[in-house]
Amino acid sequence: MAYSDKVVDHFNNPRNMGSFKKDEEGVGTGMVGAPECGDVMKLQIKVQEDTIVDAKFKTFGCGSAIASSSLATEWLKGKTIEEAQKIKNTDIVQELNLPPVKIHCSVLAEDAIKAALTDYQKKTDARPVDTK
Amino acid sequence: MKLPIFLDNHSTTPMDPRVLESMLPYFVEKFGNAASRNHAFGWAAEEAVEQARKQIAKLIKADSKEIVFTSGATESDNLALKGVLEMYKEKGTHIITSSTEHRAVLDTAKSLEAKGLATATYLPVDKYGMVNPQDVEAAITDKTILISVMLANNEIGTINPIQEIGKIAKAKGILFHCDATQGVGKIPVDVQAMGIDLMSFSAHKIYGPKGVGALYVRKRNPRVRIAAQMDGGGHERGMRSGTLPVPLIVGFGKACELCEQEMATESARLSKMRDRLQTDITAALEESYLNGHPTNRLPGNLNISFAYVEGESLLMGMKDIALSSGSACTSATLEPSYVLRALGVGTELAHSSIRFGLGRFNTDEEIDYTIKKVIEIVTKLREMSPLYEMAKEGVDLKSVQWAAH
Repeated sequence: MAYSDKVVDHFNNPRNMGSFKKDEEGVGTGMVGAPECGDVMKLQIKVQEDTIVDAKFKTFGCGSAIASSSLATEWLKGKTIEEAQKIKNTDIVQELNLPPVKIHCSVLAEDAIKAALTDYQKKTDARPVDTK
Repeated sequence: MKLPIFLDNHSTTPMDPRVLESMLPYFVEKFGNAASRNHAFGWAAEEAVEQARKQIAKLIKADSKEIVFTSGATESDNLALKGVLEMYKEKGTHIITSSTEHRAVLDTAKSLEAKGLATATYLPVDKYGMVNPQDVEAAITDKTILISVMLANNEIGTINPIQEIGKIAKAKGILFHCDATQGVGKIPVDVQAMGIDLMSFSAHKIYGPKGVGALYVRKRNPRVRIAAQMDGGGHERGMRSGTLPVPLIVGFGKACELCEQEMATESARLSKMRDRLQTDITAALEESYLNGHPTNRLPGNLNISFAYVEGESLLMGMKDIALSSGSACTSATLEPSYVLRALGVGTELAHSSIRFGLGRFNTDEEIDYTIKKVIEIVTKLREMSPLYEMAKEGVDLKSVQWAAH
């Protein structure tokens, strides 16, 4: 199968590859997929005042899965939580020119974004109210 | 050294220039139909075909009259299974085969089952991919007409105990077919000593042309008969009609002759290169696991799973080396390799497997380059892998509740 130039570029030069500490303040972590299925994505966001200031990923999977998550971190940076909610897998498919057999990679990336946002919300809601 | 490097010699092989040279006169100059009995053009073609038949038979210790030409090993497998089942349907309808056979055997058996023409037993293999002869014996019923077990596996290179299975078949009076596509020309094959009654193989796996193969059909002790699956002019003693592709057959013959002459030195050379590839890679990369038998395997085969990285991404990272993977993403079915699964290799490690197939034209320099590249890309992708990170943190990946998708 031939990969699009954009997939190859993200694969060879992954953007924002790495990890934040999970318990760091303002960090939301999403982990989706399963090793038996051949792909697992970990996507993390760092939020300050409702804006995603940084994002990181680590992915076990094919080139398209790696490219999808790399692209997702690029898009997340600078977006508000609300804007980030609107990223759709079809946007990723279009940007990376993914063939039908690789659409599940983009679905996984959207799931990872949603999971990271949910995790962030959960952590923020659970934070004890400052009573000082 | 020229890039890309071809290390996928189980899928096909480049044709040996000496083979091409032998074929050239049979396209334009000596173009006759080998079945034309009444003129010089036909005689020249027939003579060339008979010469090739001898070269091919010699490699497998058969008689040249026992070679039936086909379009390739897939057709040979189909002809053997369907031909035997149809010919001997009054005597029995049960086939015994193994779960790691090539799909040309498995799907043929399944197709016979679906049509109600046969029942089949698919034997399990051990953790190295070997069929146990005792399992073969235990699976035999009074309806068993054919045993079909491959010589060497195309993914993991494991060599089956063919001689022992042949003995069992003979003792029980059951026909024995062997798909020897990966083994012929690479390791010694003797249809007499191995007790083989029918055997499939092809030219393009042994540096010959694509589009031609053979089915060995035993003529004596016992005389094996098969029902033709292709009707027509009655070529190949009625077993396979169709005008013989003379240039391809001439090339097939030459390819067999070269394999026979060079097998001893070539298998030693390939084993040495393969062992170096294995030793250097596994020494540098923790948690890389050999798939297949540690010693009893094809000289040019190496199949390794690299934990925590996915096979297709490995191939993508080594674009200048032609390899293959058991990962789902590289297969049409989106399922990881059924061969590795049959060995009991976990799905996640099946996704992480790479097959190296070394051949006649690979050099030490290419192996050096491959070793370097593999270590580089596996290290890079592990840095990128959340699974590797978790494993390093001491998380037991099996205890994690994954959401399968």
